[in-house]
Amino acid sequence: MEITRRDLFSVGGKLLVLASVGATLEQITGAAPASDAYKMADHWWGMLIDVDKCIGCGNCVRACSNENSVPQGYFRTWVERYQVEEGKATPIVESPNGAIDGFKPLKRSDVKSFFVPKLCNHCADSPCVQVCPVGATFVSPDGVVLVDKEYCLGCRYCVQACPYGCRYLHPETDTVDKCTLCYHRITKGLTTACCENCPTGARQLVDFKDPKDPVHEFLRHNKVQVLKPYMATQAKVYYKDLDGSVR
Amino acid sequence: MIPGVDGFMYPNEVELQWSLLIVLYPYITGLVAGAFILASLERVFKVEAVRPTYRLALLTALAFLLVAPLPLQLHLGHPERSLEMYLTPHKSSAMAMFGFVYLWYLTVVLLLEIWLEYRADIVRKAQTTTGFQRILYKALTLGSENISPAARIIDDKVGYTVTVIGIPSAFLLHGYVGFIFGSIKANPWWSTPLMPIVFLFSAMVSGIAAVLMLYTVSMKLKKQPIDMRCLDTIAKYLFYTFVIDFTLEMLDLIHRTYEADESFRSLDFMVHTRLWASQVILQIFLGTLVPLALLAANQLWKFQEAARKAMYVTACSLTLIGIFAMRWNVVIGGQLFSKSFLGYTTYKVDLVTREGLLPAIGLMLLPFVIFFVLIKILPPWPEREAT
Amino acid sequence: MEGGKLLRRWLQDGGHLIRPAVVLLAGLGVFLLIRSAVIPKAFGQYGHYRPAALDLVRSRPISYAGHETCVLCHEDQGKVHDAGKHATVACEACHGPLAKHADDPSANVPKLPDVANLCRRCHEKDAAKPQGFPQVVTAEHSGGVPCDSCHQPHNPHL
Repeated sequence: MEITRRDLFSVGGKLLVLASVGATLEQITGAAPASDAYKMADHWWGMLIDVDKCIGCGNCVRACSNENSVPQGYFRTWVERYQVEEGKATPIVESPNGAIDGFKPLKRSDVKSFFVPKLCNHCADSPCVQVCPVGATFVSPDGVVLVDKEYCLGCRYCVQACPYGCRYLHPETDTVDKCTLCYHRITKGLTTACCENCPTGARQLVDFKDPKDPVHEFLRHNKVQVLKPYMATQAKVYYKDLDGSVR
Repeated sequence: MIPGVDGFMYPNEVELQWSLLIVLYPYITGLVAGAFILASLERVFKVEAVRPTYRLALLTALAFLLVAPLPLQLHLGHPERSLEMYLTPHKSSAMAMFGFVYLWYLTVVLLLEIWLEYRADIVRKAQTTTGFQRILYKALTLGSENISPAARIIDDKVGYTVTVIGIPSAFLLHGYVGFIFGSIKANPWWSTPLMPIVFLFSAMVSGIAAVLMLYTVSMKLKKQPIDMRCLDTIAKYLFYTFVIDFTLEMLDLIHRTYEADESFRSLDFMVHTRLWASQVILQIFLGTLVPLALLAANQLWKFQEAARKAMYVTACSLTLIGIFAMRWNVVIGGQLFSKSFLGYTTYKVDLVTREGLLPAIGLMLLPFVIFFVLIKILPPWPEREAT
Repeated sequence: MEGGKLLRRWLQDGGHLIRPAVVLLAGLGVFLLIRSAVIPKAFGQYGHYRPAALDLVRSRPISYAGHETCVLCHEDQGKVHDAGKHATVACEACHGPLAKHADDPSANVPKLPDVANLCRRCHEKDAAKPQGFPQVVTAEHSGGVPCDSCHQPHNPHL
């Protein structure tokens, strides 16, 4: 069969178009290279919680549960409601199902009452990481305490060692699970699911290594505390206006 | 309202993480350590009176040591990953030590000492038995049939050294478990520097009591006379060890009550309610005070042989129950109260689940099965004493 | 001379001790072989853990798309929402996680939220809520009438 110049141009032209379309498509849809824009060394994550802004709606608990498929009955984050009565040695505290559906309205106004959201404090000197026998839980280079669910034995030593009660054994994977600070979101420039869905801004993700993060200014002008400071875990979740009665 | 919960608990705290099996584990390693210490009394400290129980104590230790990892394996979410503790042990974790201390103790201390002690019997059996037994004993000789007097002297010297190394090894095998609890700053019921020592002394108490019971029962079953001098000596050492153990536990209690830190109210309430039966009645009264009284009576007055036997057996039975209760109170007790000090939960023991009552009973019976197999293969009482 | 005799005597009487030593060393050797074959790659690169764990955690798909993604299609609702008191409330706080819907709008059509319960969760009067926060006793406020009869949820202020 004779191949004419016309044939060559026609086929060649089609091939060229195909190749360029293919290359463009690959640029758009192709996987990002292993060393993408996120560099762990540039970040040191934490959270800021303003107790006086929390309205106990439980949006954060629901959002976390949806975002991370948290099993029912277990909590990566939860909200507690305190009633502090003068002269009483201990406060009344409740957290109905972690406040995933909010709270039943509190009628009595003769006591000091407020909400306290809680989560993993992503301690820099974490006692849970210290006790893991195999290295299945660790502090990432950007300050997030994570669990390697493919390596965890399920011994639950870390659950015992956490002073804040933020860990649990996942009933399906039989490995320990906890708040990951939505690591899969924050490494893509998003904020955590709980902070995203908090209607009052009571919860704010912070990056201590980012010079433009408002946390630096905030810490200079506000009084903040961590939970159980005497445990010396170097917790990185800071609470503004945390009452002394909070356990 | 969550069933079983009083007051407030952090939502993830309601369910207990460390179950009955984790109560069982320190109990078993405690028996191992205690039995070994009794054996070392004769070997290293030359308390010749307890010689009749030397081999028995070693086999008791081995039987329980072989079962020791099983409750841990049943408890793990992923037992198939336990090799990771050997591959990548985390040096800051006391639990990571387990695999290595266990292997060290099993091989370099216990198996080696048993081999050295029994070598003459093994070689003799290899030469006189037939069939499967012959193969077994030949394998146990590890290929050497040298049991000349000179060789046995060397065996004795090396055995002595192994026992000397074995004593701190036994301390480590059980003491590190105490440290696993004692080093958890998050839990005030566990966190105390006394914990490894309390665990160790209560282990010694339980181990010595176990050997006394096994010796008495074995002699009864074989219809042989009990060496009372041996029994009296064991009871004496049991008494001394018990006094130290009791003192340490009372010291912890008094210290807590005196300092009355923020956890005290909550823990005190827990002891008076959820732990009343297991701690005050079972552990302190029936498990410690009554045995101590029985043993002390024998140090003060001389009773008839039959009475002494009865008192020792009663004391040891109660002791074994009491030390189990102590492990229960530490492990379970440490998880019944909230770290917010505002609430309590309940522990319901399941029956047939992986961590339930039936597997636990099975695991407690298994060492006795192994023990009876061991005394068949390596009789602790030589038919003809080889001098 | 004496030393040689002593050594020979020792080997004769104590030579059997080499056997358990060999067994132990053989065991140790086998263990080291297995370890080098089975130990996870690059373990310890950043710390005492598998670096692959970081990728494992990061690989989780995202469920909440975020305001920016929503307004790409729902520009009008976005404008109404951003102009009012609910500007700080995320779209998905009320509408639920919708990343799947954003990826394929026709295939994953979201359900409209149950207005009555939704509004109550934030706005039912509760002594523990901050004083300045808008809250009412809904029974007295509306007497059972659904909230969206009077309030537009995206811009609720009347």
